[in-house]
Amino acid sequence: MAGRWGKLREGIVAPMSHEMAERERLREVIARFAGVEGATLPVLHAIQAEFGHVPAAAVSLIAEAENRSRAEIHGVVSFYHDFREQPAGQHVVKLCRAEACQSMGGEAVAEHVCRRLGLSFGETAADGSVTLEPVFCLGLCSTAPAAMVDDRLVGRLTPAKAERLVAELLP
Amino acid sequence: MSALNVPLTIYVPQDAAALAVGADAVADAIRIEAGKRGLHLRLIRNGSRGLHWLEPLVEVATPAGRVGYGPVEPEDVARLFAEGLAEGHGGLGLVEEIPFLKRQTRFTFARCGVIAPLSLDDYAATDGWKGLARAISLAPAEIVAEVTKSGLRGRGGAGFPTGIKWKTVLDAPGTQKYVVANADEGDSGTFADRMLMEGDPFHLIEGMAIAGIAVGATKGYIYTRSEYPHAIAIMNSAIAMARDAGFLGGNVMGSGRRFELELRVGAGAYVCGEETALLESIEGKRGQVRAKPPLPAHEGLFGKPTVINNILSLASVPFILHKGAQAYADLGFGRSRGTMPIQLAGNLKQGGLFEVGFGITLGELVNEVGGGTASGRPIKAVQVGGPLGAYFPPALFDTPFDYEAFAKAGGLIGHGGVVVFDDTADMLKQARFALEFCAIESCGKCTPCRIGSTRGVETVDKIAAGRDVTANLSLLEDLCETMKFGSLCALGGFTPYPVLSALQHFPDDFARGPMPAAAE
Repeated sequence: MAGRWGKLREGIVAPMSHEMAERERLREVIARFAGVEGATLPVLHAIQAEFGHVPAAAVSLIAEAENRSRAEIHGVVSFYHDFREQPAGQHVVKLCRAEACQSMGGEAVAEHVCRRLGLSFGETAADGSVTLEPVFCLGLCSTAPAAMVDDRLVGRLTPAKAERLVAELLP
Repeated sequence: MSALNVPLTIYVPQDAAALAVGADAVADAIRIEAGKRGLHLRLIRNGSRGLHWLEPLVEVATPAGRVGYGPVEPEDVARLFAEGLAEGHGGLGLVEEIPFLKRQTRFTFARCGVIAPLSLDDYAATDGWKGLARAISLAPAEIVAEVTKSGLRGRGGAGFPTGIKWKTVLDAPGTQKYVVANADEGDSGTFADRMLMEGDPFHLIEGMAIAGIAVGATKGYIYTRSEYPHAIAIMNSAIAMARDAGFLGGNVMGSGRRFELELRVGAGAYVCGEETALLESIEGKRGQVRAKPPLPAHEGLFGKPTVINNILSLASVPFILHKGAQAYADLGFGRSRGTMPIQLAGNLKQGGLFEVGFGITLGELVNEVGGGTASGRPIKAVQVGGPLGAYFPPALFDTPFDYEAFAKAGGLIGHGGVVVFDDTADMLKQARFALEFCAIESCGKCTPCRIGSTRGVETVDKIAAGRDVTANLSLLEDLCETMKFGSLCALGGFTPYPVLSALQHFPDDFARGPMPAAAE
């Protein structure tokens, strides 16, 4: 019986409380930056670190805290490539697409990674395992081509080296 | 080792370029091997010397100096110890004698790769804080005069005299002023800002404190990229340590003057490297450029007078204050005084950081210093100054590295990034990429950049497909003229440099006949 009630509760009450809990957590993060001049970017980074993305509810809460319009805050969130409105995959692969990496065969590495992951740049695998993103320079231009896999930097990539990285990520 | 109480000192860089090629695994292997051999190991994680083709570059302290080994793989470590690494046998010999390093004049990067980045003792022992100590003994106008006399020009790319910028802020009325360090190093082919923050963070702090005291600013911001997580972590630690030690805060080095410092992180927008977009971003807005005037020196961050300099400019200042303006100005070429940290990247045998007085030619840089291409194929083009810089063919390799000489040759030195391409490069593709990049990164405020970049990509695609090539080439040139003279900032204004230089120097790559449909 308890199990059935539990299920029922999850079905009816949980979505509401989840939303409220999310707003509560968002308020907590925003409050950490009270009094900071120009806090919007630090707040957004902190929210993304906490939630993995910037939940829609964050926009109005930041607007309220900073006494700015929701349109302005939405404009900031959507302007910067870093801020996600949806969570990323379990792993994020960022491949550098800029000139120095191009000059060292970055294109061949990119083709290989796209083919093996079955993804184009900007896409997340259907099972949520990997997100593939372009990045324009990691400052590793003398050890090119370069990539960042989650928090790990990788340089001097070749298709073979990229294959080993991809194989670790695939289930 | 004979004496167990004398530690064996080994350096393994923790610079991002070294980490990307496995420095952590090498450090672990060294710890394990030293343990097996019962050696008393002192492992120091330094910054990078900038000899990036040798990374991970392991250095061993010996009575004669530091001996280098590289590039080292974790599997090599046991063998290197067996061959006498602990005594400095084998390897590359003394690191300071490696021609790539020996040929440099390191003012700004003197400590980078030498010291432990977060050691206040190391910093102080290598002339650290001496520039700041002299600055607080001078009147603000005297500090500014010293910087002006050195001939230092903005290292971000525009080459504006730093002293004049500082004087404008010093003379501007107002009680609240700011110093902002532009470390939003987004140009492909550049990594000097990153290396400095990771390898010698107190140096930037010292330069900023001097700037603050010189212009009467009590607060400084460093704005860097989210793509640089290691630099962010080290810089934040360094700021906290410098504050605790009294080099920042309410009483800088006992001078009674206040200077606070805060690091801000961008969010993946290239255009925020443009100074006014950067200021907007710190204020919490979209990174859209502002029309000038007003100059940031008059109305900058939060509307207050603001010095905004590239971090390499700010990091040049401690040397100038410590050794004197003349010592700095003695080096250089024409109106470009002092040294430039040049970043050699892309398809080069020996890539890395090369700090040298202005005047070295592009050919010397890529052929002699860089050792030619990594692929062993002939060099086709060299892009200097990032994604907005021109492509130079070998015919222009006698161009000296100097703001004016590069402008005269139809290019720019920008932030000092040099990216080499071998003869497999397709310059039409590179021109297309320049326009595509501009379209992705445009802030959208002005039409030539926002729309022109997209129309440019379409036009290049038509040329690639062999459609009305002559007409489309002249259309592309015309579009570039509009972008060059009609854009609000350097993003739209300089994107024509790579496009037009590719067109001018490599016309064959644009002379496409109609292609079969399948290849399009």
